[in-house]
Amino acid sequence: MDIIITGLLLGGTYALIAMGLNLQYGMARIMNLANGEMLVAGGFAAFWFYTAGAVSPVLTVFLVAPVAFAANWLIYMIFLRPLVKRAKSRGQLEVDAILTTFGLSFVGVGLMLAFFGGDYFSYSYLSVPVHLLGDTYGANRLVAFGAAVVICGALWLWLAYSRMGVSIRAIAVAPDSARLVGIDVRALAALAFALGGAVTATGGALISTFLTLDASTGVIFTLKALVIVIMGGVGDVRGTVVAALLLGLLETFVASVIDPGLTLAAAYLLFVIILLVRPQGLFGRKTT
Amino acid sequence: MRLSPKDWQGLTLAAIALIVVACLPLVASGYQLSLGVTVAMYTVLATSWAIFSGPTHYISLATAAFFGVGAYVTGIGITYLPYWALPLIAGVIAAVMAALVGLATLRLSGVYFVIFTLGLAEFLRQVITWGQNISGTKGIYVLTSITEAHIFWQLLGLAALVWLAGWAIGRSRLGFALRIIGDDEVVAKHAGIDTARAKILLFMLPGGVAAMTGAILAPRYVYIEPLIAFTPMLSFQVVIMALLGGTGRLWGPIVGVIPFTFLWEAISRSFPNQTTLLLGIAFLAIVYLLPKGFVGLIESARRRTEGWS
Amino acid sequence: MKRRTFTALATLALMAGLTTPAFAQDTLKVGAVAPKTGPLAGGAAVSYWPNVKLWVEDVNARGGLKVDGKQMKLEVVEYDDQTNPGETIKAVQRLVDQDQAQIVLPPYSTGLNLAAAPIYARYGIPMITSTATTDKAADLSKQFPNVFISLGGAQPIALGAVEALTKLKAKGDIGNKIAMVNVADAFGIELAGVAKKAFEAAGFQIVYETSYPLGTQDLSPVMKAAKAAAPDAFVAFSYPPDTFALTEQAIVEDLQVGAFYTAVATAFPGYVKRFGPAIDGVLGIGGVNTESPAFKEYAARHMAVTGAAPDFWASAVVYSTFQVLEQSIEAVGLDNAKIIAHIKGNAFDTVIGTLDFDDNNNNPSFWTVGQWQGGVFKGVASTGREGAVEPIKKAGWK
Repeated sequence: MDIIITGLLLGGTYALIAMGLNLQYGMARIMNLANGEMLVAGGFAAFWFYTAGAVSPVLTVFLVAPVAFAANWLIYMIFLRPLVKRAKSRGQLEVDAILTTFGLSFVGVGLMLAFFGGDYFSYSYLSVPVHLLGDTYGANRLVAFGAAVVICGALWLWLAYSRMGVSIRAIAVAPDSARLVGIDVRALAALAFALGGAVTATGGALISTFLTLDASTGVIFTLKALVIVIMGGVGDVRGTVVAALLLGLLETFVASVIDPGLTLAAAYLLFVIILLVRPQGLFGRKTT
Repeated sequence: MRLSPKDWQGLTLAAIALIVVACLPLVASGYQLSLGVTVAMYTVLATSWAIFSGPTHYISLATAAFFGVGAYVTGIGITYLPYWALPLIAGVIAAVMAALVGLATLRLSGVYFVIFTLGLAEFLRQVITWGQNISGTKGIYVLTSITEAHIFWQLLGLAALVWLAGWAIGRSRLGFALRIIGDDEVVAKHAGIDTARAKILLFMLPGGVAAMTGAILAPRYVYIEPLIAFTPMLSFQVVIMALLGGTGRLWGPIVGVIPFTFLWEAISRSFPNQTTLLLGIAFLAIVYLLPKGFVGLIESARRRTEGWS
Repeated sequence: MKRRTFTALATLALMAGLTTPAFAQDTLKVGAVAPKTGPLAGGAAVSYWPNVKLWVEDVNARGGLKVDGKQMKLEVVEYDDQTNPGETIKAVQRLVDQDQAQIVLPPYSTGLNLAAAPIYARYGIPMITSTATTDKAADLSKQFPNVFISLGGAQPIALGAVEALTKLKAKGDIGNKIAMVNVADAFGIELAGVAKKAFEAAGFQIVYETSYPLGTQDLSPVMKAAKAAAPDAFVAFSYPPDTFALTEQAIVEDLQVGAFYTAVATAFPGYVKRFGPAIDGVLGIGGVNTESPAFKEYAARHMAVTGAAPDFWASAVVYSTFQVLEQSIEAVGLDNAKIIAHIKGNAFDTVIGTLDFDDNNNNPSFWTVGQWQGGVFKGVASTGREGAVEPIKKAGWK
């Protein structure tokens, strides 16, 4: 029981890390290697507001999200739109996007170093025990999990039922046909990218309450997010959630029962097995 | 395989160029030689990478994984075996590994392969760390008398082998098959090409070469630990340099490696506090201004001059 | 046009990068290379870079370094090695060959110091490492006679932890049950290996033992399992992010132990800033003699010049190795061979007290364990340093 709850909490954290990338890669077709830097930037904002003004990270989120949305929209318009225009095929876009966002991740790290320095930043927020079903858990992790549930749930509802959400899913599946039925593919792709960035930065602000970050840690989160998104199936909210929870449960299980030294190895093993059995990811559609 | 006079001419020129470059340690300062080692290392890695990834369009991020394996082969083997045997052993081990990985993943489409290869380095790093923990050993010291000049010459020799291999593959049936696969995999399958086999065979080359590079460079690092041996940055740098040069030609990666190494050096040197930021900006500039790499630039320039004459 | 502009710019950048700027004769170039980015940047930003800045400011404020009777100001050249040993090697060569730096400071961390040792040896540069822990001092000094080790070895550090806990046990503050975890990398493995044997020899019983990979995001399973084993003491040979995470989990789980030990970063000012008075009584790697006037003055200057407090472990050691170099140069000039001989042959008065290297170029007396007592991290165990205080029992977390 204890393992399950701890695993689910960790899975929630992973969902926060990966959901933004899923929107960016799944919907806007940009494999964003600078995703982790956006996450760390969100964490920085939360840290700064908390230490300078004692603003709760849960409130900071409401400032971080719109700012990140705007910033990512601009990033898409300035840096990525020209690539999308230039690309002749999806493969070409993928290569260009990898190169560009890799460069952007350097710029991101460089900017954060210039503004905040290379020191670790960590603070204590809601680091109090909460008793649940006879066991104790950190309140900050519970808050992050709750936020993950709200964010993922809202995204799923929005994508499944709203007109705009359906259009966004349409551009993910068939951008050419989507254009034929009068969907403004370019505007929506920019929107999806910006939304992904906002979700990532929000996640960063929330997880900074219990993880120690520094300017160079972004890449770790990018890798984790990539693994989760691919595992769950690109462009599927449910897939990412399930993959994140699965990963959280597996890591906690391995850490508690087998050996904590093997958690990350087990995570990659799971990734490999899933890819071998279902190359398109848990919820992915077969690519045509 | 019959060689035309033009082939002979090309080979001779390449051999002379290599011999000239091999004299570098005799005249260069330590700093220039270390730049030379860096260029040689990335030339070997990027060229072998491009031999596989150029025609197949699979972006492999497994360089760090194989490089780390090679470094560990030297680190562990140096106490038991003569040094010269280690790069060979590393190459064989990694080629077998690459074949296994290829068997498992090369049926996957592009992006899954990218992430899988990236995960491979991470996976190996974790397993080795865990193994160290179980056995109680730790970082390995490679205390040898091998100098940078030795390392440079070995890398140069390896580069020559890689070029020869790439050249031979380009002329072989395998190379032809790969070009068809790269153009259209479905067509290739219909033409009776065993696409999986061709890709796996080819993937063994960058795998083995990266491991040999790691084995050769291990004495330079003196102290080997998983974090150093399996750094994911290496995989990315190789990709970037190869793409900057251009993967369509065998000489493409080297025209990417040389300017990139010097640009990297110039930035690290002149702006030590903003290195990362400026590297990122330089990077973006390259992607936007040189979409086809230096090969594209050079070839279009050549076309233009030919048009005038 | 565009392309031409770019080519021109690139050429300019190359030329700017590769030409050696002229330097005035009355300044000395000091080279420093360490991570500003990459996995170890966080630690270097606390313990290494501020000291480079402080030292140069201090020397220049005095009017400069006295070399052969002439006062020379210091001018620092800093390079970021991105936590990549290849870059470290390149940067050291660049410093010597291109920048003509007359003084080259040692790099940061065990791995990078060792990777750079052959290069320093080839140039004959005195390399007084201050952030490397190794038990191979004897082998290293045989291979590289220019290398000095001042932060100590893993063995004594682990034994120091055992010594501190043994003292607490003798006082009756803790029982004999220990939970011990370590980060699964060279550092953690080595310390845990040594500590395990020593704990058992000292009559302790290890009731829970495990390792976890570097970069583990959730350490709550580790802490839960440790708590379930009902230990009297908790020992973790951990790295910065996990030191924070384990402490937080201990608070969340309300781990009731009489001794709580975490390794790297426990001595960082950020640690107490984050957890406040809850961590009073936490033991950790490092320590200083907080009562010594030299350290107090150093800490105050560190605060004034760099805007941050020094940590209570490596910071002062880093600065004192710079002092050793400074005093040696003032004594014998800029001849590297003479400097090395001078360092070998003399004892130096520094902010951590007397620094004197043994026949293996090793500093035999260093702090191994410290403890947060009243907001200050005081040294409680060392290999022959003065000013150790008695370890106290860890009270509850609230």
